[in-house]
Amino acid sequence: MSDSAREQAAQTPEIAAEPGWLKDKWARFLDSDIYYSFKRSPVTIVAFTLVVLLMLGALVGPWIAPQNPHDPAQLNLMDGFTAPFAENQFTGNFYLLGTDDQGRDLFSAILYGLRISLIVGIVSVLFAGVLGVTLGLVAGFFGGWIDTLIMRIADIQLTFPSILIAMLIYGVARGLVPVDMRDEAAIYILIVSIGLSEWVQFARTVRGATLVEREKEYVQAARLIGLGRGPIMLRHVLPNVMGPVLVIATIGLALAIIAEATLSFLGVGAPPTQPSLGTLIRIGQDFLFSGEWWIILFPSMTLLVLALSVNLLGDWLRDVLNPKLR
Amino acid sequence: MNKTLAIALSAGVAVSAWGLASASPAEAETLRWARAGDSLTLDPHAQNEGPTHTLAHQMYEPLLQRDMEGKIIPALATSWAPTEDPTVWRFQLREGVTFHGGEAFTADDVVFSINRAKKPTSAMKELLNSVAEVKKVDDYTVDFVTNGPNPLLPNNLTNLFMMDEGWTTENDAVEPQDIANGGENYAVRNTNGTGAYMLVSRTPDERTVLQANPNYWGKGEFPLEVTEIVYTPIQSAATRVAALLSGEVDFIQDVPVQDLGRVDQQDGLKVVTAPQNRVIFFGLNVGDDDIPSDNVEGANPFADVRVRRAMNMAINRPAIKQVVMRDQSIPAGVIMPPFVNGWTEELDTYPAHDIEAAKALMAEAGYGDGFSVTLNCPNDRYINDEAICQAVVGMMGQIGIDVALDALPKAQHFPLINKWETDFYMLGWGVPTFDSEYIFNFLVHTKTDELGSWNGARYSNPELDSKIVSLASETNLEKRNATIAEIWAQVQEDQVYLPVHHQVLNWGMQDGINFDVQPEDQPHFKFLTMN
Repeated sequence: MSDSAREQAAQTPEIAAEPGWLKDKWARFLDSDIYYSFKRSPVTIVAFTLVVLLMLGALVGPWIAPQNPHDPAQLNLMDGFTAPFAENQFTGNFYLLGTDDQGRDLFSAILYGLRISLIVGIVSVLFAGVLGVTLGLVAGFFGGWIDTLIMRIADIQLTFPSILIAMLIYGVARGLVPVDMRDEAAIYILIVSIGLSEWVQFARTVRGATLVEREKEYVQAARLIGLGRGPIMLRHVLPNVMGPVLVIATIGLALAIIAEATLSFLGVGAPPTQPSLGTLIRIGQDFLFSGEWWIILFPSMTLLVLALSVNLLGDWLRDVLNPKLR
Repeated sequence: MNKTLAIALSAGVAVSAWGLASASPAEAETLRWARAGDSLTLDPHAQNEGPTHTLAHQMYEPLLQRDMEGKIIPALATSWAPTEDPTVWRFQLREGVTFHGGEAFTADDVVFSINRAKKPTSAMKELLNSVAEVKKVDDYTVDFVTNGPNPLLPNNLTNLFMMDEGWTTENDAVEPQDIANGGENYAVRNTNGTGAYMLVSRTPDERTVLQANPNYWGKGEFPLEVTEIVYTPIQSAATRVAALLSGEVDFIQDVPVQDLGRVDQQDGLKVVTAPQNRVIFFGLNVGDDDIPSDNVEGANPFADVRVRRAMNMAINRPAIKQVVMRDQSIPAGVIMPPFVNGWTEELDTYPAHDIEAAKALMAEAGYGDGFSVTLNCPNDRYINDEAICQAVVGMMGQIGIDVALDALPKAQHFPLINKWETDFYMLGWGVPTFDSEYIFNFLVHTKTDELGSWNGARYSNPELDSKIVSLASETNLEKRNATIAEIWAQVQEDQVYLPVHHQVLNWGMQDGINFDVQPEDQPHFKFLTMN
């Protein structure tokens, strides 16, 4: 940033402070290790572009989808099994990627399904992250019986496959919800069950990092000046253990998306009238032998590309943020 | 299965290692059989449900049964006829029959079994509502005393299985399993019948193995070529077909409609098709003043016949037939298969699909803005059950009814109907007696301790109830048929149920198997032969 720009910013702070600050950050970002590494990895660039495209598709889905596949009244059964890039033999309607057995436009269904996958994925990772980081921080910082309690629970949970735990939580939660609210509640139940099944990774990582950090001099210094435990944990230790959390969160996002798809594939996730990607794959699976390949192919490809791209991003982030691997 | 195995191998089809292992020498013929769902219980009187009876029929036997064409043939009774007193039927029992455990089959077992099937927790009691008493005359003669003459009594006995009195009493299973309250008893997991096959092992929903009964009375009378049956429920349609295509199973009872062509074209496999004695329909809670699953406060929209008619009109049956069923169904206007006494073409006509007229009816009933409700649907019982429900959800949406779909396996779905915990549900009904009375007794009569156990509609019409009860003892068949027609007219007028279609059966099997489709979807494997 040039001197004149800095002067300008100082003169008219209300207007220029914001862009100037942004510009500054941007310049720093372009100069950073992360961007350097990003620039030099074509795989990461492709993965990043794909994730952005898919997220964009999910975001603007309701405005660009020709049909709302979650509104059964909009479906015309006679449009069922329309092949992609072709007209329906009875109604003459055209659907870009074809339709499923209920006459649901697959292109629209994929956009809406992506929304469910991403919302469930992101929110459940946030949920797992907040829970896992808090518990990990508390366990690592306080030690003693709190540590033992939290980490033994984590160990026990780790002995079960996380999908099993998600199913268990899903079953219990579903039983608790009144029948007429199940459809609306399904997505929240998914978030809670996937979130609760994935917090352990966060907690273990953060606890380990906290154990290291709490012995460091800056923490002792903070203690000496009389700061309480809370502020020390939040203002000093937490920022220093967040690096690995970011990596786990990215990889966790891919896992959560797959977990959601798996639950829906097994028929216990998103309701059949509001299909997510996993539900669409489950529907398509019934038509594997009968020639309607598009019903399973397009949703599976979308899920594959999404999960793979997020995973690649996570791997790259881990490499960048972990100097020991370089 | 030696022969099938040879065919499968020569056709270059992959055969699982397990299949190879089972091909032991001698004339051991293993039939590997799959269908979407499992039997719900081994207790032969606890569930009146097709797949449950199918498994029971291999191990237990009724006094008389329907053969593969649906004709009544002798089983544990050799002859039966009304006596001079028209309210008494006399049955001569087969002599020299033993249960799998070695106990002799006698008149005492018949009296015991029928009394057990009449108990409140039995699901078969509606079939015996005309039976006042069963009397032992001598060891091999039994009298059925009915409340008034019942000329059709034998029709009701084709699924009433005979248990051994001693075995059942010793094992404390005199009361049939109480399904509604989650009960269990010894007979739920163990069997002791007189049938052609004996239970070897069973893991519910996974695998049941049966073995030929070496002391079966029917040797020489039936082919009995199958010596071992391995029954594997496979819920996923694709997996089930894959199992048949790869030779992992020999016989599947429900080839998904989308895969008929694929199975038929494959070398070494064939599909046998026939209309089934089963109608698929929707039930509505028409009886309660308010229902919990809707968003209408203080009123029950289904109680209004105009809403029911509107819903009936909104169901696009030809579209369901064409797209969901791929032409493998017969659209229905009445909840009675065409095989049944009382069926007429007129009753079976259904209203034209007319959204505008349906919307007008909804508005007339005061539900112009629609309402929301939950539909309960099985997902492993009928052909494309969940897909039909989804299609109907869309059709209801077009007249403003916002339907949330709750699709569950049948083991969880059916209790909802029995316990009145659903207000809108799918059900299929086959009629083993081939007579309308069976439908009325289970589905139309007010729910009491004796009758109406499947009346999930909460429909209650005292006038109809007395007409229904009168059918059991009406000897004048012409008069009886007139009453049946009157009852149907009222049921149709009140639109108690919303019929969808009659099912068509598609059995898929290895080419070497000779087995005709049984109209009740009840394969009796003792009839199966192989080339």
